Order: sequence, then structure tokens, then C-alpha cells
Amino acid sequence: MRPAPPRLAIRDLQVRFGGRPVVGIAEFGLGEAEIVGLAGESGSGKSMTTLAVLGLAPTVGATVRGSIQLDGLELTRLSQRALRDIRGRRIAAIFQSPATAFSPVFKVGSVVLRALRLHGMSRADAADAAARAMRQVLLAPDLLDRYPMQLSGGQLQRVAIALALALRAEVLLADEPTSALDVTVQAEVLELLRGLREREGMSVLLISHDLAVVAELCDRVAIMRAGRIVEQGPASQVLSAPRHEYTAELLAAVPRIGAGPGVTG
Amino acid sequence: MTALLEISDLSVRFGPVRAVDGVSLQVAAGPFGLGLVGESGSGKSTIGRAVVRLLPALSGGQIRFEGADVMALRGRALQDYRRAAQIVFQDPDNSLDPRMRIGTSIREALAAHRLAPRRQAAGRVRGLLTEVGLDPGFASRYPHQLSGGQRQRVAIARALSVAPRLLVLDEPTSALDVRAQARILALIGRLRTDRKLGYMLITHNVALVGELCEQTAVLYLGRVAESGPTGELLRAPAHPYTVALRTAVPEIDALARRSRLVLPGEPPDAASPPPGCVFHPRCPLAVPRCRTEVPALRPAGPPGRLVACHRGEEVLRGALGRALSLTAPQTGQALGSGLR
Amino acid sequence: MIEAPTPADIPAAALPRGQALRRGLRANPLLVVGALAALLIVVIAVAAPLLAPFPADAGTATHPFAVLRPPSAAHWFGTDQVGRDVLSRVIYGARISPLVAVIVLAIACLIGVPLGVAAGYFGGWVDEVIMRVTDIFLAFPSLLLALALAAVLPTSLTSLTIAISVTWWPWYTRLIRGQAASVAGRPYIDSCRALGIPHWRIIVRHILPNSVTPLIVQVSLDVGGVILTASALSFLGLGAQDPTPDWGLMVAEGQNYFTTAWWVVTFPGLAIMVTAFAFNLLGDGLRDLLDPRRTLLS
Repeated sequence: MRPAPPRLAIRDLQVRFGGRPVVGIAEFGLGEAEIVGLAGESGSGKSMTTLAVLGLAPTVGATVRGSIQLDGLELTRLSQRALRDIRGRRIAAIFQSPATAFSPVFKVGSVVLRALRLHGMSRADAADAAARAMRQVLLAPDLLDRYPMQLSGGQLQRVAIALALALRAEVLLADEPTSALDVTVQAEVLELLRGLREREGMSVLLISHDLAVVAELCDRVAIMRAGRIVEQGPASQVLSAPRHEYTAELLAAVPRIGAGPGVTG
Repeated sequence: MTALLEISDLSVRFGPVRAVDGVSLQVAAGPFGLGLVGESGSGKSTIGRAVVRLLPALSGGQIRFEGADVMALRGRALQDYRRAAQIVFQDPDNSLDPRMRIGTSIREALAAHRLAPRRQAAGRVRGLLTEVGLDPGFASRYPHQLSGGQRQRVAIARALSVAPRLLVLDEPTSALDVRAQARILALIGRLRTDRKLGYMLITHNVALVGELCEQTAVLYLGRVAESGPTGELLRAPAHPYTVALRTAVPEIDALARRSRLVLPGEPPDAASPPPGCVFHPRCPLAVPRCRTEVPALRPAGPPGRLVACHRGEEVLRGALGRALSLTAPQTGQALGSGLR
Repeated sequence: MIEAPTPADIPAAALPRGQALRRGLRANPLLVVGALAALLIVVIAVAAPLLAPFPADAGTATHPFAVLRPPSAAHWFGTDQVGRDVLSRVIYGARISPLVAVIVLAIACLIGVPLGVAAGYFGGWVDEVIMRVTDIFLAFPSLLLALALAAVLPTSLTSLTIAISVTWWPWYTRLIRGQAASVAGRPYIDSCRALGIPHWRIIVRHILPNSVTPLIVQVSLDVGGVILTASALSFLGLGAQDPTPDWGLMVAEGQNYFTTAWWVVTFPGLAIMVTAFAFNLLGDGLRDLLDPRRTLLS
């Protein structure tokens, strides 16, 4: 199944919030050039897991215990300063609302460039990398001169992906990246994420409540419920022949086009 | 047989923006569902609001309910209409007053129309809560003590309290988890039969209309791209945009996946739409005529199908064929480059 | 079962009212201090006849042989330029300034809130007209406007109250309008309209209760502000007249003797400062308490 050691390995992760345990994951991994989905309903703990991996759990007042390793580097033991270097450079993240990544008073380009320079690139290199990345996400580089409000949700999300590309991150955490987007735009963004895996060898952790998105994009999937992983395995297997009844329930609830007669002929 | 709701050539403008531009639709008497499918900027929510008279005025066209012009109603007739047509909104977090108990929120509707004397009101509220599948004890709770799905049910109960004949559901499930969504959809199906409801289901999710709507209309930038019986429309679209929408929906079942029709560019600015067919800049089948002549919504193919596309018949016959065939994993390449 | 809040869920904790209140008070020492201090001032005002050692000094009594005595056992705050006990006058002064503040703020709310709600809820030309009128009032520096009004009206505490009220209401209109407009845009208001609920009912039962929180905070903070304004105007001779033991007036009357008899000015001045500060603390504490991101009360 996984010949090489996973790029991102989670072991015995316990996250507590407000005095209560909110995440309890025994084992979970993300391999090289792999897209893994973390699926579940709201309140399942998937977003908390993302925060824990990024080392951002303390900012919301949650405590983390256990092991999160990136290529063998133990993230839970790092100082905030060291984590800041890792964030962006090695682990990039995009979120549901792309607007949160971009301050409305700055042009998106300046945000991208600043991030690149923060991680050690010279001004010239940063500009080049940014332009190249924009083209990879099928956006004209001159869109970097615009303000966030001048770009659509889909475009902003693509700029966020471009930033991850330009930083050459190894791992991309995508937390509900398409939930706020129209379905045609969603299809393009998902396509881009697939491209990241294929062309850049990036590992992508996709957090989503939409099982269909997970089915189309992910190699493996872990179903979360109440902070625990109830089932994980190859996506095609888990989603077509689930072993856990919760997974089966979720699958049964997904509306399918042309499923059953309903009221139509 | 008069349609329950008849929208003729509806236009709504907000300043320079043409949110709705010449839309005609019908909802037959219940049980009946009309699906209104579109992405952001399609005007679908504006149509919903216009139907329940939440807009101060229309820029053009008419909305008739059981024959009467909705915008011309006054006084008693208007109050009657407020009972006959109701709306449920998308956002379960803001669809109820956070400072009011659930029971009070529902009772407010009854009181506004004097539908139940005080003593009976509590009983009516309990009945409504049970009907939408909630414990009647919820009446004493506050909205924040309920989950999103439960709040949505309360919103439905509130709308049902006045016994409407027409219900507009504006993205009723898009903010909900998949299981809560399934429950709400099942509820709508039940209400449809029990109350002989006529409804307009507004959604961006094509999969929902298949289960609940006899007829569906696809909207793009304020206009109807095509409309017809839902099953046929989804199986054999007549408009390239419908094909794009249909193939963009992710499928769990690998066998159901199709090659995707990728639309280049972004939806145009509603304040300055492109000339001719508003879809032509992104359409794989666009020809010079599409740039100059606005396609009228006309019958095409089997009876009951209407399409606003100069090449609608070709689409029906499979001009975007590769998109509709059952092939192995989709490639995601933009189609149409070889079809001009 | 593990209940995991996602970042979006985090603020949505629901506590029963009593528990939330107690937790809120514990987390907001400012509020407790401010509330106690404000309460103390009110108690002093109410119990003035019992607390003041020389109640008559707050009225027309004068003692020509006890003029400008420094603080001593008999007169804790000393005596003023006509021999009146400063402590007694300061105590009785607690009846005046806070009362003026309460009346001013009540009038400001009575004018400002309905206008603000109407502007926010109805929008359109109603909003335009109301806000332009409000803007005109706001364009004048409030102190100058109050000054001008007080100078025109017959000099008295009543005129002072009217003058300040006139300059105060526009702020509340603006404050409430923003809130009301925000609430009016929410789906549940739309659903009320779709249900045919009349405007007045929507305003009273939905718009007002949901808009009023920032106003509560602002009013508490403004008590201090009004007291300072009233004191300033009295100092300038436009409000209370002798022998009324208004703190601002006392400072004005005592300023000539400041170098030789510091106590005549200092104690009334301190009273003004402490009262304004107490209500500021109360306002700050209320704001923190009612901030939904810290604790949810409802």
C-alpha cells in the first residue's frame, strides 16, 4: 500500500478544546505525490486536525498531544518561530474562503511576493516564481496587480494555489477549498489540485464534507466522525464498499443525478 | 388549467446590473416542483424574492399567481397572497431571530394573519414542529440551541404555518451537511404529497432537482438557457451551459463520470453583458451568429423542451458528444477546440 | 462522544443565562468595579441628607466666620469662600450631575433611537433625509453648540440639560442606524416581510431588540461624558447657579482661591473625575460582557 514512509505522519494525535477531547487519531498518513481526503460532517474534527498540523491549534485555544511528523521532523516539538518557517515553505494551506488569505487593502500580488520573500527569495526570483505559478494555474500574471475584491472567488482560490506552487511546498492542506465556489469553478480548481499532484509531486490533504469531491480527487480517504477516524483506505474501495455503517449512511445521503425516479420520469 | 404561478418575461434591474432579463417560467398547481438551477449571478435568488414580493418593483414583465398580478395586489388581497406564497432561505444561521424562542417565531406568523386564537396557537405550533420532524418540545428553545438542519426545519415550519399553496425554497440545503440535507429533501418530498404543495426549488446543485422537480429551468446571467422535464433535460441537454454544469458535478460512482466540458474564462460582468448570446464568449460551439443575435427561448427537440441556443438541436443530437458518453476517467481537457 | 468544534463553530457555545452571566462577571473585573462605584455614587446621592454633616450648606446657608478653612476633623474637605462645608456640598452634588446625565441621555435616546431605527430599516429617502439632518447637527462641535444654546436660553440647570440633549442625540441616531440597517438585511426580517408582518411590529419585536446592545454600552460610557460636558458648561457659568452644589460650578467659583485654598477646587474636581471614570469602567465592562465573541448571554 505505502512502500515509502509517509511524508506527513500522524500518530496518537489528541487535540483538546474547551476542556474536551475533540480529535483522537491513532494513525494517519499522507504519502508522496498522493491526494488523501479527510471527509466528515461539520463538528467531526477535520478542521481542528488541519489546525493541529499547521501548528495553529494554540491560537484558538486548543492543546495538542501526540506526534505529527513531516518527513521525520516532529512538528509538535517545534517553536512557533520554526513553525513559521515551515508554514508556507513546506506545508502550504488554502481555506474555504479565499478572501481570508488576502487582506483587502493589498493587491494580491504584493501578498504573494511578500510571502515568497519572507521565505528567502530575492525580489527578482520572487517575481519570476509568482508569474510562473500564475500561468500554471491558468491565470494571467497581470491579475496579480488586482485587489482581492476585483477577483472572483475562483480566481482568488487559484492565486492561493499559485502561492503554494511558487513556494514549492511539499504538502498542501486544502480545507474545503471549493465549498464556497460554483460547481463549474469547483471543477477547475479540483483539476488544478490534481495537476499539483501529477506535475509537482505535491502531497495534498483535502478536507471536505463533499464525498463526491473526495471520490473524484482522492487516492485514499479517511472518514472522520466525532474526532475519530472510523474508516480509511483507498477511495474507490471505501466509497463503493464501505465497511463502517457511518460511511454507508453518508454515502446513502448523497443526492445523485438520475438516481431513482423521484418525481420525474 | 391556470398555472399556479406564471412568470412572464420578468426583468429586474439593480442600477446597471440586469439581474433578471426576460425570464418566463411556470409552476403548476401542486403537487409540483419547478427546479431553478444556476450558479452565482444567474438571477435565481432574485426571481425567488420577486415571486414572494420582496422586491419593491419589477423592471419589466409580470408575475401572476392564480391569474392575478402579484405586484398589483393591495390590502386584503396582498395579505391573502402573503399566506398563499412563502419562502425559505438558505442561511439557517440567520433565518430566525436569535432572540426569540422557536415557538414564538412560529406563532408570530400565525398571529400576523390571525389564524389561531391564543389558546390554540400553542397546539398549532406543536403540530407544525411534529410535521417537520422536530420534537414539539423544541418550541421553548432558542435558535442557537438547534443544529443547522433543525433550524432549517423550523424555518420551513414557519413558512408552512400560514398554509401556503406555493413555496419558494432558495438553496434550502446548501449550508447543511449531507445527512441533514438528505433529511430536508425527504421532508420536502413528504410535504409535497401531504399538502399538495407547488414549489420552486432554487439551487446550484443539479443533483437535487432530479429527485424533487418535474420541470427544471437552467439560468445563466439572468436568462433561461433551457427548460423542460427534469429527467430529459439532465439526460440529454440542449444547451452547452447545461452540459458544462452537468459534467462539472463530481460523482461518487466512477462509472457515472463523464468527460468534463470546461468553460474558459469567467462569467461576464452583469452590468455589461456580451452582445448577442451572453454565453458565447465561453461557448465551445459559438459561431459568428452567436455574437450578434440573441437566441430566443424556443421549442427544440421533444415537446416541452425550450432552449435559448442557435445550435440547440445539434447539442441535443450530441455535438458535444464526447462529454456525454460513458468513458473511463475524465481528462478535464477543454472540449470544443476541435469542434469549430 | 467527542464534540469537535470547527473554527467556524467555536463561538457558538450555548450557556444557560445565569451561568453565562456569572462567568461573564468573573471574566470582567472592570465591570464589577465600575458597577460598584456607580452604585456607590447613586447611594450617596440618594442618602445625601443622611451622609452630609452639614446639609444646610448645600443650600443657602453661609458662614462668614468659617471662610476658607483647610481640611480638618470638623470639615473633612475644608470650607469654601462663603464658609460652606465642601464635603456636604460634594455629597449633595452627586444628586445633580448624574441626574442631569440620566435626563440628557434619556432625551437623546428618545429622539435618536426612533430616528435611527427608521433610517436603518426603511432606507431610501427616509434614510437620506434623517441622516442629512443628523449630519448637520454633527457638524457642529458639540460643546460649542451646547454653549450657544445655553447662552441663548435663560441660565438654569434645565436649559443646560436641554442644550446638551440637543447636541447628543445625533450620535445615537448614527449608531442605531448602522445596527438597524444590518439587522434589517438579515433573512429573518425578509421572512417576516414575506409573512406579511406589519412594519411596526417588525421594528418593535425584531429590529430594536437586536440593535440595542451597542447603544447600552455607549450610553454607559456617555454618562461620564455628559457629566464632564455639564461641568464644563457650569464652569463657564451657563448652567447651575449659586447656591446649587453643582460640581462644575463649585470648581468655577473656587478657581480664584486655588493657590491659597486648594481644597475648594480639588474635591469637586475629584468628584467629577471619579464619577466619569466609574461610568467609563461600567461601559467598558458592559461592552466586553456583551461582546458575543467573549461570552454569549442569550
